[in-house]
Amino acid sequence: MPILAFTLNDFIGLAYLVASVLFILGLKMMSQVATARRGNFISSAGMALAGVVTLLYIGDNQLISLTWVFAALLIGTAIGLLLALKTPMTGMPQMVALLNGFGGMASLLVACGDYVNSVSRHSHLNPLVLQVMTRPWSELLAVGLTVLVGGVTFTGSMIAFGKLQGLKITPSKPIQFPGQKATIAALLVLCLILSCVMIPTPMSGQWMVPTIAVAALLLGVLLVIGIGGADMPVVICLLNSYSGIAGAFAGFVLNNMALIITGSLVGASGLILTNIMCKAMNRSLANVLFGGVGANEGQASSGSDGAPQGNARQFLVEDVTYLLGNASQVMVVPGYGMAVAQAQHAVADMGKLLEERGIKVRYAIHPVAGRMPGHMNVLLAEANVPYDVLLDLDGSNAEFEQTDVALIIGANDVTNPAARHAKSSPIYGMPILDCDKAKQVVVIKRSLNPGFAGVENELYFRDNCGMLFGDAKKMVTELISRLKQEG
Amino acid sequence: MLNYSLALFGANPAQPVQQIIIALVVFTLAIFIGFEVINRVPVLLHTPLTSGSNAISGITIVGALLAAYSTKEALGHTGEFIATVLGTLAIIFATINVIGGYVVTDRMLKMFKKSPRK
Repeated sequence: MPILAFTLNDFIGLAYLVASVLFILGLKMMSQVATARRGNFISSAGMALAGVVTLLYIGDNQLISLTWVFAALLIGTAIGLLLALKTPMTGMPQMVALLNGFGGMASLLVACGDYVNSVSRHSHLNPLVLQVMTRPWSELLAVGLTVLVGGVTFTGSMIAFGKLQGLKITPSKPIQFPGQKATIAALLVLCLILSCVMIPTPMSGQWMVPTIAVAALLLGVLLVIGIGGADMPVVICLLNSYSGIAGAFAGFVLNNMALIITGSLVGASGLILTNIMCKAMNRSLANVLFGGVGANEGQASSGSDGAPQGNARQFLVEDVTYLLGNASQVMVVPGYGMAVAQAQHAVADMGKLLEERGIKVRYAIHPVAGRMPGHMNVLLAEANVPYDVLLDLDGSNAEFEQTDVALIIGANDVTNPAARHAKSSPIYGMPILDCDKAKQVVVIKRSLNPGFAGVENELYFRDNCGMLFGDAKKMVTELISRLKQEG
Repeated sequence: MLNYSLALFGANPAQPVQQIIIALVVFTLAIFIGFEVINRVPVLLHTPLTSGSNAISGITIVGALLAAYSTKEALGHTGEFIATVLGTLAIIFATINVIGGYVVTDRMLKMFKKSPRK
């Protein structure tokens, strides 16, 4: 029996295995604050290993000259660094959306490039003969699927980016039109059929692959344009998952284990987060994707002009200062409004001021507060709030009854007690922060307008609740100066 | 009869298992590992986890580099040109994903601090 020598390919394969192990370890370490940073570093080491080994493998026997390869790497590095270092923390949701999209686009291009390679090689070898490409069915199918998922990831992410950035062409409220779901279904079926038809007729991919690409890009736009701004945490998780799946499919095209393993890891983690986000809103993924929730965002449900209505009590700055100064436990409940007003530093300063007076200050953070999973945690961490006073849903709800003042800053639907009892409410069943159980509730808000779900918050009309109308940052700053005056 | 149906599905003990089957096995098992590894992440770390796993999905950079790997002589001029453009763009996009993702994740994780013990 011949002894098979240890080849370069074996070496590469083993290096990919090591890289995959580093990714798994890195991800595992990222589930604890103490080890998270090291985990990220280990995972980046895995990426460096995979990249360098691949470069060695390519050597100088490549289609694209190494000059181009390195130029591309340099350009990518420069843009990546610029984005990563210059984006403010409030811009993180957009940034993550953008990067997701780029990953999807890269996978799409990889699949297309690989297809062009095999077609060209064939046309060149048999220019006159009837061209029959011999590639396994699985690789041809994978080309179609990679282009599909990669394309959806790219345009879907770009639309999400636009909505989060507040661009005019992509309004934050859901855009739905008649026949949208049918068009989405038709495009999806078209892509799947073409991917399958390509198997027996590989050469026809020359027009099919571009067709799939166009259909997939359109599909991504249609899928995300119908989803409202506040549902973006779910969309970001889902697109994150898609970008992983696109990578794994690209792995099937190239028969590369590193891509398959890593892509599916990311695909799975994205799905888990998607599921967590959906549960936190008590909605199904289908409802988030196609429900069009938030279409009447910013409009009062009872046809008001946005002026205070009902008999909500209005507080002045001095009332709130008095309440805070005499409390022994304060729970701050931040929401998207805090991010919009960029009030996280002011909020943290106020917290510190209260702490100095021996008042226990903690922060209650709902899983879907903000525009991306964990958005509030990152903003407060940026403002130097230690993470052990940031409580999650269960942690905060265990504390509200002992809380003297619950100070709600820019959160709305996640504090609405209607979710517990009003069966007809669109948010019924959604796990909420039980702010109403605190002795006193103070809400900093610009008006009584309903939140994203378009329902009025009955918390505002409770006896233990008072409103401080105004911009979050301005109001918190005023509270701080007042607290200092009273010293 | 059994032999006949096995032959229909291409089952032949002398033939090695197709690559795709190995790939599917790896794919399926990796998904399960992904579920296990991520399952208990605190809300606190959701954003860094999203951006960190996003960086990992930039592994497609390996694919981009490999797509660039092909013998020059075998390609026609048009094909060569198209493949060059696609490959270069793929590398650029994947690199932004990788570098941007890791750096921004580190930037975020750096900010998470415990309160000083009193």
